[in-house]
Amino acid sequence: MEQKLSTSATPGQGALQNAPFGFLRRLLLRPEGSIVVVAIGLIIYFESTNANFLTNLNLETLSQFVAAPVIIACGEIMLLICREIDLSAGQVYALAPFIMSIGAKAGLPVLVAFGGALVICAAVGLVIGLITVYLKVPSFVTTLGMLFLITGITLTISRGFPADTPGGPVLSSIMGQWGYSEFLWALGVVAVMHVVLRHSRWGLHTIATGGNIIAAAESGIDINRIKIGNFILTSTLAGFCGLIEAFRIGSTDPLAGGSNIMFLGVASGVIGGTAIAGGAGTVIGGLVGGIVLGVLQDGFTLQGINAFAFDIIIGAAILVAMITNIYLAGRRGAGPT
Amino acid sequence: MNTPSSASPAPALRAEGIVKRFGQVEALSGVAMQVANGEMLGILGDNGAGKSTLLKILTGFHRPDAGQIYVRGEAQNFTSVDHARSFGIECVYQDLALVNSLSIFHNMFLNRELLRPGWPHLLDHNEMRHRAIEALTDIGVNIPSVDVEVGRLSGGQRQAIAVARAVASNARILLLDEPLAAMGAREAGLIIDLIERLKARGDIAIVMIAHNYAQTLALCDHVMLMQHGEVTYKSAAKDTSVVELLEIVRREYQDARRK
Ligand SMILES: Nc1ncnc2c1ncn2[C@@H]1O[C@H](COP(=O)(O)OP(=O)(O)OP(=O)(O)O)[C@@H](O)[C@H]1O
Ligand SMILES: [Mg+2]
Repeated sequence: MEQKLSTSATPGQGALQNAPFGFLRRLLLRPEGSIVVVAIGLIIYFESTNANFLTNLNLETLSQFVAAPVIIACGEIMLLICREIDLSAGQVYALAPFIMSIGAKAGLPVLVAFGGALVICAAVGLVIGLITVYLKVPSFVTTLGMLFLITGITLTISRGFPADTPGGPVLSSIMGQWGYSEFLWALGVVAVMHVVLRHSRWGLHTIATGGNIIAAAESGIDINRIKIGNFILTSTLAGFCGLIEAFRIGSTDPLAGGSNIMFLGVASGVIGGTAIAGGAGTVIGGLVGGIVLGVLQDGFTLQGINAFAFDIIIGAAILVAMITNIYLAGRRGAGPT
Repeated sequence: MNTPSSASPAPALRAEGIVKRFGQVEALSGVAMQVANGEMLGILGDNGAGKSTLLKILTGFHRPDAGQIYVRGEAQNFTSVDHARSFGIECVYQDLALVNSLSIFHNMFLNRELLRPGWPHLLDHNEMRHRAIEALTDIGVNIPSVDVEVGRLSGGQRQAIAVARAVASNARILLLDEPLAAMGAREAGLIIDLIERLKARGDIAIVMIAHNYAQTLALCDHVMLMQHGEVTYKSAAKDTSVVELLEIVRREYQDARRK
């Protein structure tokens, strides 16, 4: 035996070996490392060009902008890893608060109505999963249909009017009204989902299902269960996200969230280093990706950029962030999968 | 646990009349096979003859359209890969069933992960890493590190991982689909050594699909030829020869052309 087996991880030799600082090099070798560097760079840039950037007030605004895409991203990342997507997450997000308010108006305790709304969202995910897996409809199509269907349901049960969020002041603060509570919920979801992805059988089987679906099946993994479960997870998280957003704002519009929030979630995941081709991904990266998107939006808003140019700059910045990340991933050796 | 073949008349694994259709294609039309503990059966045959399909039925991956499988004499209808595995059936699939984006040690424990005691039963990465190193060191294959993603390995290294995984999982019935196909001479030698050691233990039954006639005859106790979803010839390895097998295949081929 010429080479000895060793326990040491040796991913990513190559070009990054000669990065100047050991710490920086180790950071860049992690899948979410490069986006962390991008995020820090952006924060330094906006702080240096704008004195209001790192103030408490602005951080609160920023945290509220970041929370929703990050929570949605946690579900979408699991789906992207197993080669699926949920385009209807933003509509489930809008539906959930209306179910809660109907429940509360019917006399249910707010927390029971809250739980009921989550159960209905989970059921939506189950339906998406069953259609996708057993009728073999690509999830892109299933959830595109679901997107319109749920918008229609939400508009019907709301009759097009916004609904006030039920619940007393204490509950509302905990659930989202206090400045940072929504962000803390997002951090909690990220922490749990990180452990699920990296340290549970479910996460490993999700990666296996997306990485090589035949191999996963040959190994005896129930790939249908994995996929359906991740659809349920994504819808439930989207509903949860809509609910805490409703607590923060105090009311909900039937057209809240929508495709915009869903794409922000997917973009957070992809910017953070989750491969759209499946088989790999990172929840922590999704968090940092969401922060990058938030910092870009917020930073350019503070700089008072012309409203028309705004989307151009944001779009370009997202592209640059993704390209940087994919380029760094390539040097890391993983390749832009 | 160990039932030597002499003491138990029932073969470790037996299949009767196995039929499998994929739409219009009849991949298997009534195949029978059996293998006893301490024995090794070699399956030879053309590409597309149905060899892999037969193996995948024996692992519970496919369900047969007709026919019956017996494990140690008892009829079983496998409902899943896990079900078949519960009888000690392990397989090295032709496609190796590896996930490129996962590390070697995660692949070695795919769907049989070691978990930490106590709720919430998270993955025991360290234990899996150590056991994977042990298993690979046992065989003696060259692997840079078990933390490396399988996608970065050579074809032969990948094959070695797949074989090591099946062997390390305490198989009682080991199914190998062209386990030496991508291997260099030295590595093939290591795997052959390993297979012979397993055979010598006497409590394990092995089925191997291969295309190398000489190697198969040298290694196996019984061989069978398959063609177009049927078994066309069966023999004890010592009663036949490469020349005879090639002659049979040539005659089958000519018969088929004449029809
Ligand atoms: N999942 C499947 N769906 C449809 N047809 C299949 C499937 N698996 C196998 N077949 C068909 O069944 C037949 C037998 O295939 P099989 O893989 O068992 O052959 P084989 O003997 O293993 O060949 P090789 O030596 O090339 O590996 C082929 O005609 C193949 O096209
Ligand atoms: Mg085959």
